[in-house]
Amino acid sequence: MIRFDAVSKKYPNGTTAVDGVTVELAEGAITILVGPSGCGKTTTLRMINRMVEPTAGTVSLRGRDIREIDAPELRRGIGYVIQHAGLFPHRTVLDNIATVPLLLGWGRKKARARAAELLERVGLPAEMAKRYPNQLSGGQQQRVGVARALGADPPVLLMDEPFSAVDPVVRAELQTEFARLQKELHKTIVFVTHDIDEAIRLGDRIAVFRDGGRLAQFDTPERLLADPADDFVAGFVGQDRGIRRLSFVRAAGLPLRDGPVLPVTSPVAAARALDEPWVLVVDDARRPLGWTPVADLPVSGTLADAALVPLGHTFSLAGDSARAALDSALLSPARLAVGVDADGAVVGVADAHELTAGAAPTDRADVAGSRTSGAGSRTEAAGSPVAADSAGGDR
Amino acid sequence: MNDFLNQIRLVADWLTSPAQWHGDEGIPARLLEHLTYSGLSLLCAALIGLSAGLLVGHTGRGAFAVASVANLARAIPTFGLVVLVVTLAGLSTVPVLLALVALAVPPILINTFEGVRGVDPATRDAARGVGMTEWEVLARVEVPMALPLILLGLRVAAIQVVATATVAAYPGLGGLGRFIVDGLARNDYELVIGGSAVVVALALVVQAAFTALGRAVVSPGLRVSAPKS
Repeated sequence: MIRFDAVSKKYPNGTTAVDGVTVELAEGAITILVGPSGCGKTTTLRMINRMVEPTAGTVSLRGRDIREIDAPELRRGIGYVIQHAGLFPHRTVLDNIATVPLLLGWGRKKARARAAELLERVGLPAEMAKRYPNQLSGGQQQRVGVARALGADPPVLLMDEPFSAVDPVVRAELQTEFARLQKELHKTIVFVTHDIDEAIRLGDRIAVFRDGGRLAQFDTPERLLADPADDFVAGFVGQDRGIRRLSFVRAAGLPLRDGPVLPVTSPVAAARALDEPWVLVVDDARRPLGWTPVADLPVSGTLADAALVPLGHTFSLAGDSARAALDSALLSPARLAVGVDADGAVVGVADAHELTAGAAPTDRADVAGSRTSGAGSRTEAAGSPVAADSAGGDR
Repeated sequence: MNDFLNQIRLVADWLTSPAQWHGDEGIPARLLEHLTYSGLSLLCAALIGLSAGLLVGHTGRGAFAVASVANLARAIPTFGLVVLVVTLAGLSTVPVLLALVALAVPPILINTFEGVRGVDPATRDAARGVGMTEWEVLARVEVPMALPLILLGLRVAAIQVVATATVAAYPGLGGLGRFIVDGLARNDYELVIGGSAVVVALALVVQAAFTALGRAVVSPGLRVSAPKS
């Protein structure tokens, strides 16, 4: 689809922005270019729509050398989203979105109808159409930027740090919607970010760049976490890559055992008989009600009389990842993760050691249960005090 | 005090006397001459100032030259220029127009240049990135965004030209300056003050016209800073 063949960009002052990159980006997939600042990822992106011309090598789009295509014509066929949206302040939201259709000569009426459709598609209310960019929040501007890029329904979308200028809560929201949008649209997307978490969350393939504009590794997120090519990549993907990797392991395959699970109607004596410190109390449909410490049980009666400690959270075998399961174990008062089926009924329990042994038998990283750094799950930004302080920027 | 009121009455009499509103030397005829000189020079200055300002602002090349030329031109005394050109070229309309053009170009040139150059580089980058040609970047993004400053330059130039066009009377040409120059020569102060009043009124009308023009053509998106919703 998009092919880089020994592409380099050297500036007259001697700096090398991109050094001999050869890579092929798949059609209909999200390829993330990631790396520290100054590693040439943005330059690489901008060579695809000829905003930057390579000094060596060729970039081809669907088998055609892009230098054969007139630059404005090429760009009208490629959506382009930039960091601060780069909206035209003198145009209404609707006319911003209609930019490319108008350049292509669709006529005002048709272009605006298309723009109105896209406004809805990116999740903005129709009454925003008549506003001007400076009346929108950063998150809203970024949505309009995405809508503008989709104007003429281009097969390729280039996104240069599109979500980095908004606060973490809005960013998470935009990422979710972006992933949803891509499920509907199947565009070939090249996405630049310096945020490895964003890369792993959104990318089908990730190209990690290092200083000097060289490609350090090009792989799936899972492979990148499991098997970094060298120390640079290992350092870049972070210390907790073992835990993050669990996001790619489905919870369905994890080993669970029956564990200390009793219906709420059971006599207290039955709980004592299990000889476990904690017992999980379930209702008649085996839905978990809570943990109870055996030491604090009343002398007689049933478990309905027992004081329950909240579960933390359970994980679903149908939809969750091993990371959610591990998180469930770490947050559980009994240190046991509770796996439930689609109806919410308890399937079984497992502790952190059992989970990590089941999820990552070949992983070299230490993902023992005592390690809590990655326990905040994938939305860790949303729970941090920083995120809470800056929340509420969007709408 | 009485003298002052007396003066005002005399000037008012002059302004309202039917004789002033008819014939080749009446206010309408002089006003028309004045507007012709001013309009022609402003048109020439706009052609020069706008095209040079847009070109240099868009390409970024020659910014230093623009600043130097504009500052130099600002330092030229208009009256001296008129006398010089009349001495060299003889009595005609052209020297007066040249002087007025020289006066009007700098504010137009500098404001146009600054307006275009001041467009956020990210916005310009986005304009190219969505596939605009250089002309489209200029016409659809840079000019509309620079419009408030471009209009400011034109307004400053227009007011200066309207006020300064009175010097046309010195080398013996028409316009509202005729009243002032003749009045001074004849010690006829009603004439001087009456003529000046008409020039001031004209300048105010020009100012108002540009304010109205700005409202009509500048995008609300560049003016509003409404609270974020």
